[in-house]
Amino acid sequence: MVDTIVFVICAVICLTGAIGVIAARNPVHSALMLVMTLFGIAVLFIAQEAHFLAAVQVIVYAGAIVVLFLFVIMLLGVDVATDLELGKLRGQKTAAAGFAVVALAVVGYLIVNVDTTRTGVQSQGGVIDNVTPNVDLLAESLFDQYVYAFELTSVLLVVAVIGAVVLSRRHPPLDTDSAEASN
Amino acid sequence: MEVSANWYLVLGALLFIIGGVGLLVRRNPLVMLMCVELMLNGINLTFVTFSRSLGDIAGQTVVFFVLVVAAAEVVVGLGLVVALVRRQPGVTADDLNALKG
Repeated sequence: MVDTIVFVICAVICLTGAIGVIAARNPVHSALMLVMTLFGIAVLFIAQEAHFLAAVQVIVYAGAIVVLFLFVIMLLGVDVATDLELGKLRGQKTAAAGFAVVALAVVGYLIVNVDTTRTGVQSQGGVIDNVTPNVDLLAESLFDQYVYAFELTSVLLVVAVIGAVVLSRRHPPLDTDSAEASN
Repeated sequence: MEVSANWYLVLGALLFIIGGVGLLVRRNPLVMLMCVELMLNGINLTFVTFSRSLGDIAGQTVVFFVLVVAAAEVVVGLGLVVALVRRQPGVTADDLNALKG
């Protein structure tokens, strides 16, 4: 019973936040709505006993990524421009509506024709036995089975940091004197 | 009434759909990046649900990697947005139709 209540509340929070992200005219409101969705998903992670991921979800997503979004919004200035009006691309709204209809149809089909067949193949990444703590299982999987992928993510992060630095660096202008003055 | 895995899967799919529609509808590059985050979160929820229902921790490991990739993606994406807006204030995604410098 408690499970159901928690799920319904979190689902409503998630969906409200998600619709708020795409419906809010102000990008700051979009970012705050995103935080709402992320917290709802973190609670749903806890409800499914993914405790470590719930903590990471709050710390990394709500704590770092959304703050980064807000920082950039504030840096660039909030413009409540004619964002939702029709752009140069014809049929954009139609394409979006078509995507939504098709995707919802697929989800509805899957709900109706649900098939819970399992392959019976033994777990490769560690069996959840409800005795070992979640963090232990995740650490074992991450640093044993997927250690090479884990090492590769460090490379990815270094590349991303270097890319961000290169992208946001001011290009050397032709006239160095005016650049000095503008800085 | 018991919460089955299907409820979580449907919620994840709905989040993915909302994110996808937002990506197609919105023209502010910042909001488009947020919509990508929404889609990734829908997928994360799906992975955790399958991890729970199949009793395999690998699904949660994948979510961990998705988080890392999402962080890297946001960093590079926001770097791009800052660089673009610096060139042309008030830029929308529709203005980026030329590869010329």
